[in-house]
Formats: sequence, C-alpha cells, structure tokens
Amino acid sequence: MAAPMLETRALTRRFGSLTAVDRFTLTVPEGEIFGLLGPNGAGKTTTLKMLTTLLPPTSGEARIAGHDIVRQAGEVRRLIGYVPQMLSADGTLSGYENLDIFGKLYDIPRRERGKRVSDALEFMGLADSSNKLVRDYSGGMIRRLEVAQSFLHHPRVLFLDEPTTGLDPTARRVVWEHVQRLREEFGTTIILTTHLMEEADHLCHRVAIMHLGKMAAIGTPSELKASIGPQGTTLDDVFIHYAGATLESGGTYRETVRTRRTAHRVG
Amino acid sequence: MKQLEQDVRPTVWAEPIQKKPFGFLSAILGFISKTLVIAELEIRKLRHDPTELLTRAVQPALWLLIFGEVFTRIRAIPTGSVSYIEFMTPGILAQSVLFVSIFYGIAIIWERDLGIVHKFLATPTPRAALVLGKALSAGVRSLAQAAIIYVLAVLLAVHMNWDPLALLGVIVIAVLGAAFFATFSLIIACLVKTRERFMGIGQVMTMPLFFASNAIYPISIMPSWLQVVSRVNPLTYEVDALRGLMLAGGQMTYGFGIDFLVLTAATTILVLIGSALYPRVAV
Repeated sequence: MAAPMLETRALTRRFGSLTAVDRFTLTVPEGEIFGLLGPNGAGKTTTLKMLTTLLPPTSGEARIAGHDIVRQAGEVRRLIGYVPQMLSADGTLSGYENLDIFGKLYDIPRRERGKRVSDALEFMGLADSSNKLVRDYSGGMIRRLEVAQSFLHHPRVLFLDEPTTGLDPTARRVVWEHVQRLREEFGTTIILTTHLMEEADHLCHRVAIMHLGKMAAIGTPSELKASIGPQGTTLDDVFIHYAGATLESGGTYRETVRTRRTAHRVG
Repeated sequence: MKQLEQDVRPTVWAEPIQKKPFGFLSAILGFISKTLVIAELEIRKLRHDPTELLTRAVQPALWLLIFGEVFTRIRAIPTGSVSYIEFMTPGILAQSVLFVSIFYGIAIIWERDLGIVHKFLATPTPRAALVLGKALSAGVRSLAQAAIIYVLAVLLAVHMNWDPLALLGVIVIAVLGAAFFATFSLIIACLVKTRERFMGIGQVMTMPLFFASNAIYPISIMPSWLQVVSRVNPLTYEVDALRGLMLAGGQMTYGFGIDFLVLTAATTILVLIGSALYPRVAV
C-alpha cells in the first residue's frame, strides 16, 4: 500500500493552559475526502492551521506526502492548498487578478499560467465574471474563486476550513459539486472541517468527530451511525452523542463576531 | 457512501521542491520576484480605486499653504539661506510619506481578520518577500505624494532642483522612507493585533516621530534632549537627504551617503524583524 497522504501522530497544541488539540492521531489515504467535525472550539481550525504550517505544534508530528510540517514547511507549502474559514479572496481585485497573483506566487510559468487561470475559472463556473471585482461577487462565487485560487498549483492535499459557512443551500450544493469534481478529476486528497452534518454525510468518505481537542470518534458516516444506534440514526445523533456536552457552548464572543461578520460578507 | 475509485491523475502535480538550477542565485531571484508580485498586488488594488491618492493630497496641501505661508511671513525659525517655505517643503514630503506608511498596519490587521494573511502564509512565498512587497507598495504610494508636493511647490514658487539625478535620488529616498515606516507599522500590527489598539498606538507614534525630526524646524533650535532623539529618528535622515536633493542649491547636514545608509540599514533590520513576526499574525 502506498504511503498515506496525510499522517499525524499525537499532534498537540497548547495555548497557555488550554489544550486546543490533544494528541491527535490520524491517517488519511490519497484521494479521500475527509471531514473534521465538532462544535465550535473543538480544535478543528487549530488542527488545520498546524497542518497548513501556519501554527507550529506544541508536540507530536505530522507529515504531508511524507514531508514533515515543521522541518519541511517549505516543501509542504508547495504541496497543499488552503481555503481559510474567513473570506480570503481580495475584494478590491478582479477574479482573474486574484488567481493570476497566486499563479505567480506558486511559480507557475507564464505560458502555462494563463491557461491554468482560465481553466480554473472555467472549472469553477466563473469564466463570465473573471474581470469583475470580487467585491461584486455573490458569496457562493467568492467561495468557488477561493477554491480555484487554492487549487491553481494542483496541490496534493486541499484544506477547506468550513467551506460552506454562511452560504445558502443552493450555493452550498454548488460548492459541494465542485469539490467532488476536483477529487474525481484530479484525485486530490481533501480535508475539510464542518459542523454541518449534512455536508459531512454528503461529501466525506470518512469523518472524525473532535471534542475538546481530542478525537472522539472516527469512521465512515454509516459506520458512525451504526455505532451508536438503530436504523434511522443520523449524523446529527452521532454528533450529539460524542460532542453533546458542549454543543450549546458555541464559541467565544470574538469567534462569534468573526463568524457573523464573515457570514454577512460572504452571504 | 462513495467509494474510492481509481482516479485520473492530472498531468502536472505540485512539486515539493522548486527546481533550482543555480541554488543560491535562484533563491535570490525568487525572493525578488515574489517581492515584486506582492507589490504588484497592492498597486493593482490602487489602480482599481485611485481616489485615495487624491484625498491623501489634502493634508500636505494644508501644511504647505497654511502653516508654511504663515511661518514664512513671521520669520520665526532660522533657516539660513533658504526661505521657510523652501526649508519646509522637503519636510512635508517626508511627513506625507510617514503618514501614508504608518497606517499600513491597519491593512494588515484588516487582512488578518479576513483570512487573507493566512492564505498568503500557507503559500511557499518567503516571509521577507511578503513584508518587503508591502513596504515597496507603500513606496509607490509615496511617489504619488511626491508628485503632488512638487506641483504645490511650483505653485508656491519654491526653487526646485530639476536635475534628473536629483529627482532619481528623491524617488529612492521617498521609497526607502516609506518602506521603513510601513514595516515599522507592520511590526506594531503584528504585536497588537487589533484595530482599536493599533489606532491608539499609531496616533501616539506618528506625532513624536514628526516633531522630533528636522521636518519643520532645524535640529539646532531644539533643546538638547530632543536633539538626541531627533538624531536617532530615521525621519531626520530622510528629510536631510530630501532637503539636499529637492531644493535648488539644497544642502545636506549628513550627506547623501550617510542618509542613504541609515535608511537602508534601518529598513533592512525592520524587514528582518517584520518577517519573523509576520507569521504570528495568523495565530
């Protein structure tokens, strides 16, 4: 069997006395769509920030395509694409410019860059609005542009942090379709975080439920459903079963301000 | 449930390591090209909305037209062979470069709150290129300021030096000064991380930097403790170089070499500190 695309061993991150991610161990094979689930503050975003080299782990290790995220951060950055939870496309530039700049940052040669940018715009259904300023895009269009931006260099692993937060159901479905098509056409491994059970059920091959920084459960959506009860169990039930105690806690004031603001802007 | 079927691979995958035929040299070239890409990004933004450049012109115009004209009349400040308005014009250019650049940190905090910073930090772009690129774009903004101040100076009958080499020198010094203060501002943003705290600190820093320099009066009339402060203030060296380069028959106290070296060294140090701190913004 080929080496796993992503591998973490006892990955841990502390902020002062708070352990945001606690001995998180995970293996994801190439080509899988993997979902990290959990309530706000469970450690999903912190995990993603470590895997995308934005935040050094306190202890433990992680490898992406065999490259250590701390000692080989530069290599890892060439291999991954990342769409942060918040709005990351530049509203004051056009969709085309947003992609073109990223093509340059990833050293895509000039001749190929033009083609990649127009292919990416085409792929994400944005070809008609490529010269419009992103500030005039709809929330769903911005998300698709951000995915296109993170995919321009054909990353082996794509990280999506709550890719559909703040989107209406239609826009959400369009984003899902594009993510699935990315995997089908390019075989990209995709790691996403979400707290939408429907999203996990619809999109992910396997999911892990995080609770207070620890992995509470892992498996395919149907395995997880079967593990806690009779037929007709939904992933919502699984989620409440494993993370129920803090389900109402809903993050800090600052996080809420951010999420709402992002939702407002994206929506 | 979806199965993991055999996938069709794209022809070109991301490569873990960029091909480096010349090692060190290509790393330097890569750094320069990335810096220019970041600067290009900022300049493209400016091109989409250039109104900012005009609104920024109001403040230096007020300083020159009101403060400058009044103080020229009362002859309160000893400025040697040049009139006060002439003495002040290079100082006002340095001032508007300072004001344009010192609020660059606000943009960093804004981009951090949005998630733009995170996205850039997850790319293989060298951190120093991200910082220096921003600093250079502040330089480009400051050139727009320089153009406006030259127009005002001509209207006020200030005798400017139009020698092409001197003009080139003005460009270099203005860009360096802007890069210094923009990076300074970025470092503060990396430390305080919120807009409210930054605004407070930005106000507190700007005025002392401006008044503890030779921008609108010579150092010689300052009390001795302030003279010490103004001699370690990079703005003093920026003003000194500009005064020598912009005015017909202008004199420099320290000489272009010293002024250029001080600004270059100070900017380099700040860019290094800034690139160490910049990743912390994403945490």
